Amino acid sequence: MTRKGQRFLLISVALAVLTVATGLVLFAMRDSIAFFSSPTDLYSEPVRESQRIRLGGLVAEGTVVRGVGDTVTFGVTDTNATINVSYTGILPDLFREGQGVVTEGYMTPSGEFQADTVLARHDENYMPAEVAESLRAQGVWQGEGSEGTQHPPANPPALTEY
Amino acid sequence: MIVEIGHYALVLALIVALVQSTLPFWGARTNDLGLMRIADTTAAVQCGFLALSFAALTYAYVVSDFSVLNVIANSHSDKPMLFKVTGVWGNHEGSMLLWVLILAIFGAGIAFFGGNLPNTLKANVLSVQAWVTVAFLLFIILTSNPFERVLVPPAEGDDLNPILQDIGLAVHPPLLYLGYVGLSISFSFAIAALIEGRLDAAWARWVRPWTLAAWVFLTLGISMGSYWAYYELGWGGWWFWDPVENASFMPWLAATALLHSAIVMEKREALKVWTVLLAIIAFSLSLLGTFLVRSGVLTSVHAFATDPERGLFILVILMVFIGGAFALFAFRASELRQGGIFAPVSREGALVVNNLLLSVATATVLLGTLYPLLLEAITGDKISVGPPFFNMTFGPLMIPLLIALPFGPLLAWKRGDLMTALHRVWWAAAISVVVLGCTLALFGITAWIKAICLGVAVWVMLGAIAEPLARVRAFSSPIRDTIRRLSNLPRSAWGTTIAHFGVGVMLLGIVAVSAFEVEEITTVQPGETRDVAGYSFTFEGLRPNIGPNYSEVVATFTVRQGGQVLTIMEPSRRIYPARNFPTTEAAFYTVDMFSQIYISQGDPTGDGGTVVRFYHKPLVTLIWIGTLIMSAGGVLSLMDRRLRVGAPKRARNAKPVRAAAGMEPAE
Repeated sequence: MTRKGQRFLLISVALAVLTVATGLVLFAMRDSIAFFSSPTDLYSEPVRESQRIRLGGLVAEGTVVRGVGDTVTFGVTDTNATINVSYTGILPDLFREGQGVVTEGYMTPSGEFQADTVLARHDENYMPAEVAESLRAQGVWQGEGSEGTQHPPANPPALTEY
Repeated sequence: MIVEIGHYALVLALIVALVQSTLPFWGARTNDLGLMRIADTTAAVQCGFLALSFAALTYAYVVSDFSVLNVIANSHSDKPMLFKVTGVWGNHEGSMLLWVLILAIFGAGIAFFGGNLPNTLKANVLSVQAWVTVAFLLFIILTSNPFERVLVPPAEGDDLNPILQDIGLAVHPPLLYLGYVGLSISFSFAIAALIEGRLDAAWARWVRPWTLAAWVFLTLGISMGSYWAYYELGWGGWWFWDPVENASFMPWLAATALLHSAIVMEKREALKVWTVLLAIIAFSLSLLGTFLVRSGVLTSVHAFATDPERGLFILVILMVFIGGAFALFAFRASELRQGGIFAPVSREGALVVNNLLLSVATATVLLGTLYPLLLEAITGDKISVGPPFFNMTFGPLMIPLLIALPFGPLLAWKRGDLMTALHRVWWAAAISVVVLGCTLALFGITAWIKAICLGVAVWVMLGAIAEPLARVRAFSSPIRDTIRRLSNLPRSAWGTTIAHFGVGVMLLGIVAVSAFEVEEITTVQPGETRDVAGYSFTFEGLRPNIGPNYSEVVATFTVRQGGQVLTIMEPSRRIYPARNFPTTEAAFYTVDMFSQIYISQGDPTGDGGTVVRFYHKPLVTLIWIGTLIMSAGGVLSLMDRRLRVGAPKRARNAKPVRAAAGMEPAE
């Protein structure tokens, strides 16, 4: 085999692998990526049922209901709009009413959000960045994390998945 | 006072590093041996100052010196001593100090063991190493000083994040850093070689053991991190494709590729340019990992400090080093001479396939990790890329790699014969196909993914063993000859076999737990029994308990199998009052040697009952046992005489056997 032939073969194999990888990436991008939305977004722009969504906001006060078995329903609000979320499973340690939360799942035709993942702050002083920003946009949140008053939190901000 | 000494030593280390980054480099240019030799001294002195600095910080933690901001923020006088010490690196500032200390230890290692390196190469390598040290010392001193004092010391500290109060913190970050930073050696060698414009098999012989050592540490570090997440976080998972996990996984993938391409370069002088590029990429990915974790651009379990100023600083370091390295590479790569030619079916060919698939897989992980950041920066859309993306892209790329894996060691250099190779592994292939067929028969055609993955796991395990068996002509020659040949196999051959076998074992664990795990979430009242996966769990009730720096509610379960009491399991929920921080402590019990049952306690229902999560995790411990086997293979290979740094030269001069035995502890 000549050097030229060797190089040609190598390049064709590399291109083939890259093509396959690109195909896989594009295919995976179609359904496995979640867009972050606030409750207001979900009201104003309806989304496809198959679109995976990351819904963030505050757990609305007085809305947490433990239903049959291990299903829990609660409202996620940005004070402007509230979306009802239903979730089966164990809630994070720091899931509390009036606190920030991020849930992931799909909208159902009835307008309820079916979550398969609930993330809560894993720290008393922490507000998930996405939530803080969307609440700031609504003019609700001025606390830690807003510009100007940046102070490195003493405690680790962290999201924990359950 | 001791704290001030630590701070002072840090600044002195910076000055020494500045000297080391310039004078030896200049000496190498002007061929001044005296200047080049300075690097040996400075590397040792720098390492000493950083060790002193680290010891001072450790002292402040051990005596709970609450006049130091870092100690206030991360410690508490009630904290057990082990966690006081590990707390030193359980925070941003301390972990960066550990990072630089390890960098200096590796640098001193080159100075000490590199006696037979060419003078100019050694001086250049140590200078490049010092550039990295200078950058990170500046970062620590200017933005993340661990020795900062407060005017009015509080009586008590804020305590360490309870999730980090675990033995896992003692082993996971140091191992991971040894791996990350170990790759800086390959990087320094690559840059030094590019500067000199000289690259040969001797270079590869030098780089390979360092890369291998870094790879072993990285493997152990990632694996321990995964096990830690599994038992401490109580989610029952062991890998989440979390960006920070990816940040450590990408350098691992690149290091694995580098390890294999360096073999080709050492043995056949081929793939030179590619190997240098990989060495640069591997360390660049380590730096990228450091940036992602330390800058706070990602929100993750691991990001325990966020500050835009620090992020910007690391980003600049990142751009200077990666940009500079790639520019130098582009400038010099054409001058490197081409290596030998090989047939597509050959050992070289197989290693090229390995490199190709590993690099493309690394690229998909990189894409999935950075895409959300890029998209947000460009369009403002916020998205999250989760496990499904990585499973769909990374998984399919790994399957051909794993199928090809057993063939590599069976093919000859230059020109191999696929039929001969197949002849040696047909039995392994046959067994794997039977496993695949049985899985399909048991679980139906819809389980084809499980079946393929299980078949591949068995194939990798058996295929790895097939190579030494074929080599010693097992079963076709007298047993005594076989044993004699086995004991004569070089250690690096054993290393390959064992590491490849470990991949198969890990894969078997991953496939078994992903495909056949049983999970049940339910509410239980005292006295109630639940049956999960053939085990029955009787809930005895909740009781409070007080620990050294926490209080907890413990749930007691009696586990029975076939009416026999197996064990009592006690998952708990803790509150750490110093931070008002709740954590979940899961309970485990290992059954059938490698499987585990796992209980995680959820919210109490208020009337004595509790929500609870039961798991049966088949063969789950094989995941970590597999990575341990892989690391053992790496260590064994590292002990090979031929791989030992400088061994060829010394072994020729000295009496071969004796010299080998005497040199063993050094490497």
